[in-house]
Amino acid sequence: MNEIPLEAGLLLATILFAIGLLGVMTRRNIVFVLMSLEIMLNSAGLAFVLAGARWGSADGQIMFLMILTLAASEVAVGLGLIIQMYKKFKTVDIDVLSALKG
Amino acid sequence: MISLFYVAAIVAVIASMLVIIQVNVVHALIYLVLSLLAIAVVFFSLGAPFVAVLEAIVYAGAIMVLFLFVVMMLNLGHASRQQERVWLATSGWLLPSLLAGVLFWGVVSSLPSIDLSVSVIGAREVSIRLFGPYVLAVELASFLLLAGLVSAYHIAKR
Amino acid sequence: MFDSLGLLPFLPFLGFLILFLSGGGLPRRIVAVVGAGSIGLAFLQALLLALPVIENDSLVSQQVIYSWMSVGEFESKFGLYLDGLSSVMILVITGVGFLIHLYSTGFMRDDPSYSRFFAIMNLFVSSMLVLVLADNLLLLYLGWEGVGLCSYLLIGFWYSNPSNGYAARKAFVTTRVGDTSMAIGLLLLFTQLGSLNIEELMNGAETQWGLGSGYAVAASLLLLGGAVGKSAQLPLQTWLPDAMAGPTPISALIHAATMVTAGVYLIARTHTLFELAPDVQLLVAFIGLATLLMAGFTAMTQRDIKRILAYSTISQIGYMFLGLGVGAWSASVFHLMTHAFFKALLFLAAGTVILSLHHEHDIFKMGGKRKQLPIAFASFMIGSLALAAFPFTSGYFSKDEILLAALAIEGPGLWLWIGGVVGAFFTGIYSFRLVFVVFFGESADHHDDKEVTGFTMAFPLMVLMVFALLGGFIHPPTDFVFSVEEAHSEHSVSTLIHAIMIAVPLAGIGVSYLFYGARLWSADRLLEYSLAKKLHGYWFSGWGFDALYRGLFIKPLLGLADLNRRDFIDSIVATIVAVSEAGNGLLVRFQSGSLRWYVLSVVGGVAILLTLGGLL
Repeated sequence: MNEIPLEAGLLLATILFAIGLLGVMTRRNIVFVLMSLEIMLNSAGLAFVLAGARWGSADGQIMFLMILTLAASEVAVGLGLIIQMYKKFKTVDIDVLSALKG
Repeated sequence: MISLFYVAAIVAVIASMLVIIQVNVVHALIYLVLSLLAIAVVFFSLGAPFVAVLEAIVYAGAIMVLFLFVVMMLNLGHASRQQERVWLATSGWLLPSLLAGVLFWGVVSSLPSIDLSVSVIGAREVSIRLFGPYVLAVELASFLLLAGLVSAYHIAKR
Repeated sequence: MFDSLGLLPFLPFLGFLILFLSGGGLPRRIVAVVGAGSIGLAFLQALLLALPVIENDSLVSQQVIYSWMSVGEFESKFGLYLDGLSSVMILVITGVGFLIHLYSTGFMRDDPSYSRFFAIMNLFVSSMLVLVLADNLLLLYLGWEGVGLCSYLLIGFWYSNPSNGYAARKAFVTTRVGDTSMAIGLLLLFTQLGSLNIEELMNGAETQWGLGSGYAVAASLLLLGGAVGKSAQLPLQTWLPDAMAGPTPISALIHAATMVTAGVYLIARTHTLFELAPDVQLLVAFIGLATLLMAGFTAMTQRDIKRILAYSTISQIGYMFLGLGVGAWSASVFHLMTHAFFKALLFLAAGTVILSLHHEHDIFKMGGKRKQLPIAFASFMIGSLALAAFPFTSGYFSKDEILLAALAIEGPGLWLWIGGVVGAFFTGIYSFRLVFVVFFGESADHHDDKEVTGFTMAFPLMVLMVFALLGGFIHPPTDFVFSVEEAHSEHSVSTLIHAIMIAVPLAGIGVSYLFYGARLWSADRLLEYSLAKKLHGYWFSGWGFDALYRGLFIKPLLGLADLNRRDFIDSIVATIVAVSEAGNGLLVRFQSGSLRWYVLSVVGGVAILLTLGGLL
């Protein structure tokens, strides 16, 4: 087996995380926001798997499984909310949801 | 193997970037699936074949299909694509990019430089750990999924 | 139990509590019984207490009720002290006070605030008794402020008229000037002598301070300031004429018979201190002289029946100060007592006149009332005779003693005497001007008013008439208190002096008769001369003191207040408010309700933390 620099893997996770973050912050379409969140979750999972590989342990992969279930339930609830929002406001613009305004 | 890692990594980064700059939701979803598959390849190259398979089946398969169904239900047409173009063209990218850059730089500047000796950790090892010390976490995950199921049903019903 | 000193101020206070706590819910009959009855009981007890002292004037009784406060080495007890001087005072306060209360039950019968009136009157009597019975200056100060408060409340009794409220504030603020001076005096005495007990103070002052020492001068000057304010002497006399805004029984009790003489009492009580500062004592005499002349001039020009009496009160207290200043302590207290009799009589009679004539105050709108108002007429005759020191009335004896004592001292004595005699001449003029204008001549109006009378109002007048006539034969038991040799009362004076002192008031009455009785001379003719007119204007306005103080104090203070209209201190506070409001506005803008903005903020926060973590 070849050697893979840990640095490169973590760099990839960081890049993906930054991209996801950028998407969350910039996009106004709530579906895109949710997709960007998926990217971020994914990058976190990648970091876990990398860490597990670093120590030759299966724990990192187990953590990824947890993240996977988390992502699944989050997407289920999130998409339900998107449908409700669309029913109510006839739009997917996240800026419409401003009831938190102080 | 190492070249596989780098190729998959580059594909993942490019696909993810394309996701967040798309105008069409369906296109973005396809790129997201591509990105997830690329990461599955990365997992494989890191010696985690079980997770790689799960990533491909559950993430890129099941979850993304869920997305796709919802997008189809919303049925966003041409008008929404025009709207997306307008929103994307604004200078709203500047500050988020700066912040993301700062964050990125902050993390990157503290990365360790260690070489991994990749050894395959297959489904067997993972399963032993999972149903050994982590059995409680499995139960919790099942609760979480059940809660997600119930609440998604409840929210979408009204 | 009835020889307990503490009961004496407590009885009126109990009356006050009953009336005050019932909140005007009691029937009038019961209010009258409680209000006047408590003072009546107090009078009986005062008699019981004072009779032994009158028989033996060296008798002194003391009672400490409880320790009021004790801080470090400072201790003030709620202690009462009865000697010859306070015996006279308690008899005058409760005796005259009871008669005036009795009179008030009739005078105030139509007033809606009947109960409030008696509640405050009782509180006043209680405070006044505390004032004269106190064995230390702090307790005296408590009574001093208590009577000031009651005076304020009663001057402004008919508070729905704003000018009454103004008069009350004026009285309160003006006396406050004096009270502040007195408070500083108390502090000086305490810091120097380590006690506020009057006996200890006087002993300490005598042993530690020499004759004419700086401390004695300062302390006596400061106490004099308090006395001048309370007793309406120059230069703080301006409040008393305006204090006539209160109901007439108030003027009789507070602003003639008792409270305004508290200053005289204070000086008499601390006479040892004043004897240590002969210059200040002489100043007291000159203040008295200046006041009595000033008030005499003014009283001759007033038209309002109560203001005439008010200025005559100022003038008579001037005599008392003159007496104090020349060391005739007993004579001053004697005059205080007789003045209480005849001035209460005059005020109550004036109350009857005013009530009978439907609240008419202007004497020139009255006239020829002697048939309509027989009791008031008799009261005014006797009261004015006593006021003018007609021979063998009460005022004659007391004023005589003061003037003889003034004559007896060396140096300025003659001038003081001459001033006093001139004042007596004015007294004759203004007191009988009032009598002639109101009761003689032809009626200025054609109303056929009946005299408002009745037992409760007539009885006090009759008792006071007797005392105003014969009060001169009572001798106040104060010789022991003022242990100084009062040799000058035995001083042989020539018959010429006596003749002058008898003749001068009679001459005043004669002049008054020529002007207002027989109308041979006319005051209006005099006023045609410009000089006379100018003087009349001055005198009528009380020598322009009000205008002077307005220009000297009120206007500059108002100017300062105007400058500070936007409160300078407030602006500091307002700045804090404005800054926090601006901060709030800024933060509210962050709370935009935009989810993306929240995410941005979270990320920004993390970025800052991360950068800081990298830097540190």
